[in-house]
Amino acid sequence: MRARRGLSHTHVGSLHAPDAELALRNARDLYTRRQEGVSIWVVPASAITASSPDEKDAFFDPAADKVYRHPTFYEVPDGVAHL
Amino acid sequence: MTGPFDFALRLGDDALIAAQRLGEWTSRAPEMEEDIALANIALDQLGAARLLLTYAGELEGAGRDEDALAYLRDDREFRNCLLVELPNGDFAITMAKLFFLSAYQLPLYTALAGCADERLAAIGAKARKESAYHLDHSSLWVKRLGDGTEESHRRMQAAVDEVWPYTHELFTADPAAPVDPATLRADFDATVSAVLSEATLIRPAHGWTPGGGRDGVHTEHLSYLLAEMQVLHRAHPGAQW
Repeated sequence: MRARRGLSHTHVGSLHAPDAELALRNARDLYTRRQEGVSIWVVPASAITASSPDEKDAFFDPAADKVYRHPTFYEVPDGVAHL
Repeated sequence: MTGPFDFALRLGDDALIAAQRLGEWTSRAPEMEEDIALANIALDQLGAARLLLTYAGELEGAGRDEDALAYLRDDREFRNCLLVELPNGDFAITMAKLFFLSAYQLPLYTALAGCADERLAAIGAKARKESAYHLDHSSLWVKRLGDGTEESHRRMQAAVDEVWPYTHELFTADPAAPVDPATLRADFDATVSAVLSEATLIRPAHGWTPGGGRDGVHTEHLSYLLAEMQVLHRAHPGAQW
């Protein structure tokens, strides 16, 4: 679901449907009742490849101690408002 | 001879009774997603009914508001078409009813949006977008059930055959009305033919044409529906949530 133009799509939920066309309509009925969105994508669950909780250590922990990846090692010049 | 009051009352009653019937599916639809969809559509119809009945009450000038018109009339005073009061039956019957109703309401509200009466035009402009979605939703189901399994095809065809005779009443000519229903027939026929043919369903031949709803002569089903819809208001006049 994209909440408004300029934002990216974010996941809002999952639902049952016999095919993509009805999935889109079901999503419209379930998730846009209060004007939550201007655009909907539907993806069959079988098309999603997800990371496994078992791989959490190998996937995500190595990033924890690599502070040099964060842009914190330079001075921000005075007067730059939007950096 | 149809004045604006009778016309607004007919349209309002169609929407009100359709809303009540669709609302009966709440918590009973085949799947949760469809449950919400039918409830949404019922609420769209109820919204249109409230606008139309409120306006009808103002046109009448007898001090009746939307609640007085909805809850304090008996079946002989209702002007809805027979189509909307028919029982829901199975899911195929419900979809056939919704399909024919929305294939009629969409060109009706579209024409209404361009009529001279500003209030009716505003109601038409709002309701036609909702009707377009109702038609989309019901068409998709008619196609899927018609062109689905052997059993779903059999039941969808049976539903179309059963409901079809009740569609003729919708287009009874009334040149004095703000929108003459007879002028909507071509649009309706084109929609129905296209969807039924894609659904591999056969359009029934013209035959029996039951009517009478516009004159207050209804099927036996309406009074039971009204009893359930009106009991609270009649037992506790003016009750509010």
